[in-house]
Amino acid sequence: MSFQEHSTNPCEDPGAVTGRIHSIETYGTVDGPGVRFVIFTQGCPMRCLYCHNPDTWDPKGGTVMTVEELLARYESNKSYYRKGGITVTGGEPMLQMEFLTVLLEEAKKRGIHTCVDTAGICFREGDVKFMYWLNRMLRATDLVMLDIKHMEDDIHKRLTRHSNGPVLAFARYLDQNGVDMWIRHVIVEGYTTGAEEQQALGYFIGGLKHVKALDVLPYHSMGKAKYKALGMPYPLEHLYDLPEEKAVAAKREILTGIRKKRAEMAKNS
Amino acid sequence: MRKEWTGFTGGKWEREIDVREFILKNYGPYEGDESFLKGPTQNTMDLWDQVLELDKKEKEAGGVLDMDTKVISTITSHGPGYLNKEKETIVGFQTDKPFKRALQPYGGIRMAVKACKENGYEVDPEIVEFFTTHRKTHNAGVFDAYTPEMRAARSSHIITGLPDAYGRGRIIGDYRRVALYGVDYLIEDKEAQKAGTRTIMYSDVIRNREELSEQIRALHELKKLGEIYGLDISKPASNVQEAIQAVYFGYLAAVKEQNGAAMSLGRTSTFLDIYAARDLKNGTFTEEQIQEFVDHFIMKLRLIKFARTPEYNSLFSGDPTWVTESIGGVGIDGRPLVTKMSFRYLHTLDNLGPAPEPNMTVLWSVRLPENFKRYCAKMSIKTSSIQYENDDLMRVTHGDDYAIACCVSSMRVGKEMQFFGARANLAKCLLYAINGGVDEITKKQVGPKFRPVTTEYLDYDDVMSKYYDMMKWLARLYVNTLNVIHYMHDKYCYERLQMALHDKEVKRYFATGIAGLSVVADSLSAIKYAKVKAIRDEDGIVVDYEVEGAFPKYGNNDDRVDEIARNLVHDFMQMIRGNHTYRGGVPTMSILTITSNVVYGKHTGNTPDGRRHGQPLAPGANPMHGRDKNGAVASLASVAKLSFKDAQDGISNTFSIIPGALGKDDRIFVGDLDVELGEDLEAVITDGAGCETASCGIPNLEEGLDRE
Repeated sequence: MSFQEHSTNPCEDPGAVTGRIHSIETYGTVDGPGVRFVIFTQGCPMRCLYCHNPDTWDPKGGTVMTVEELLARYESNKSYYRKGGITVTGGEPMLQMEFLTVLLEEAKKRGIHTCVDTAGICFREGDVKFMYWLNRMLRATDLVMLDIKHMEDDIHKRLTRHSNGPVLAFARYLDQNGVDMWIRHVIVEGYTTGAEEQQALGYFIGGLKHVKALDVLPYHSMGKAKYKALGMPYPLEHLYDLPEEKAVAAKREILTGIRKKRAEMAKNS
Repeated sequence: MRKEWTGFTGGKWEREIDVREFILKNYGPYEGDESFLKGPTQNTMDLWDQVLELDKKEKEAGGVLDMDTKVISTITSHGPGYLNKEKETIVGFQTDKPFKRALQPYGGIRMAVKACKENGYEVDPEIVEFFTTHRKTHNAGVFDAYTPEMRAARSSHIITGLPDAYGRGRIIGDYRRVALYGVDYLIEDKEAQKAGTRTIMYSDVIRNREELSEQIRALHELKKLGEIYGLDISKPASNVQEAIQAVYFGYLAAVKEQNGAAMSLGRTSTFLDIYAARDLKNGTFTEEQIQEFVDHFIMKLRLIKFARTPEYNSLFSGDPTWVTESIGGVGIDGRPLVTKMSFRYLHTLDNLGPAPEPNMTVLWSVRLPENFKRYCAKMSIKTSSIQYENDDLMRVTHGDDYAIACCVSSMRVGKEMQFFGARANLAKCLLYAINGGVDEITKKQVGPKFRPVTTEYLDYDDVMSKYYDMMKWLARLYVNTLNVIHYMHDKYCYERLQMALHDKEVKRYFATGIAGLSVVADSLSAIKYAKVKAIRDEDGIVVDYEVEGAFPKYGNNDDRVDEIARNLVHDFMQMIRGNHTYRGGVPTMSILTITSNVVYGKHTGNTPDGRRHGQPLAPGANPMHGRDKNGAVASLASVAKLSFKDAQDGISNTFSIIPGALGKDDRIFVGDLDVELGEDLEAVITDGAGCETASCGIPNLEEGLDRE
């Protein structure tokens, strides 16, 4: 996990800080509350098998944009976002910590509701520099949408090529610091369809006090076309779209896990 | 006060025709929700089943079930027609039975004959003979006066959709007057107007007196139309059923006379609510009965049908009548004009099921009551049958008693009318500028022989200067063509009943329109910011273009190209304004093709933005399909930069969205987990509470996985 290089001192001219941007969605309705200005950052260390945006992986791709440019775009249509705000997603936004922090801080100064959609994989509690930026970032963040892919580390590695250690640690850290969270979880046949796994996830979430919502998404093959366009093999070629009922069932299992944990906690207190 | 008006707050409206004042003095805004609404009665369901059965038969018969070939349609031409007399609470059809299309030759006998022939019917030869030899039609008049240049521009489709062979439509009678005042008073008023005309017989005074006589005659016939159905509409309506019936008879009389391109209804719901509220209060009718009247009224409006050619229908992708009804909006006193009747109208989409007609148009304001907004959003998601227009924008120009004709044309009801103006194809005009007036498809010299572009690569300043010359030519030709059309329409196919339901002094908008805005904006952007090479055929006509490099595209909130679009609209409007318009018409312009853009695309060759010959132009002010890359808000922002002053007749942006993309998928999403996790999980599932409009943000699965 390396930091981006900077030519500008973010303290002197925060608006001029740059980041690598994949694209912008000006009418985001599914990435946080209200209608949102969604910034997709470029670059992601994870290689999730079901990733539907493989074109955001390369950290050297995208377009370089300044914080000011992005916020000016937001401001020019801010009447649409009265009940929404800005969501930074990716790629992995926390791969560009300084840029992300400055962007959110500047947004906060203008009274904009801010949300970060992350997989939390960049979290390094022992890294002083990272933690400095993270703490600043969280002060400017109203909501974190955290994607937890799997509770079993082995399967998590198979699914994403990374350990889930940082992700779970990040969730706990957010909770300790009182940051509101929405948890997202994708149901993929053969990977996350087990009731046991789902209950385990629920059990973990149940221990977090600041989770405000749970968003269970069925696997969808809409990313296929992009792999084709990029000339990449699609890793889940054999899978069909997950029927919605299975996602509903998964949600029930997760809620069972949450309830179990909450009941235990109630007993112990 | 007249006895029919008992219980109403009086005012100026009692002494002179002023429906708006009556409404403002008597209506009560409704801030509640839809829970008061009632479902369909058994009679409503029976009647609607009958309609569905007839509709099925009509489809099986190839789109037309029956046509009148002998009786020329007038207000009183046909005896009464019913679905089921016992069950209908609002009555009246265009002919003597439902689904039978009327014969309306005054716009043009050729079109009437063609419409019959292509649907397998033959117009009585005597009628054809009469309208060919003895009685001139609007269409015949127009072609007597057209210049060769007008004919050429018409057949090359640089000017297109002209109402020169059929009724122009777009005029909204104030049908509410029939209910509020009764026909006798309206006749009295028109007689007084006639008595008050100037006394020296200049041609405009003669025309005025003749038109007033026609209007009075039409009003007498309107009264007779009521009598045909055994009803007396000479006096004011005394309850909501009579009021709806009177409004409908007014409208019915108009469509019996005119087969217009758009025959819109106006803004009737809040007016009628005043009667409904009084009847509810007095116990005259129950909510269920009132909803039944509304359901039957809307059912009738759904059954308005015209004899049209398959060609016409393919231009408009269907069989549209544009029975537009404007609902809601906010008064200039700040009170929302939303009443229970606004809900009842929209509720017909539940009681009778979704339908494109009547074209229910919500005049949207940020200040509409929250409950009404929510209900609109709900019904939109459910039925996709509601159109929205920006009341906050239009109220500034038209006040609070305007209505929409067709899809976007706004006008004060009973005080303003419009001369419908079809549209000029600005994309084709650009190609004419490049080729010195030679049509890129037929290779004929249609426009003036201006100097063509001769360079291999197109130079922005060179193209712009030639384009502006060509646009000036087009604007002049276009306005003059319309002058001919409206002169002849007034002369041979005058809308006497609709004009009888207008004030004496009427403001006439002279509507024009443009097609191909985004194609031109992108083409000019390509020429300016990329390199565009012209490909010429053996005769030196530019027939294709090669674009080298990237260029900003309209629809991405990028000023570099959005400015081009805005200036284009402004400048063409100025050129239109520079011409003489018939009857003092105030020029306006629309950017609003909804479906005809497909046909225009067929008649427009390759364009410098990379669009191929035949590919549809974008509808209205839309960006070209697939070129807006930054989501809906950026796309809308580009459109919003166009100035309403330059396109006062309306700017349309056709916007489709899958319901899921509005963020609604409450089966997957669980709301606040802090809520006690009880046994009943459904109880914590959010239903979208807290969202302002349809655009609320609960995570959804399709969009969530389809970000691009």
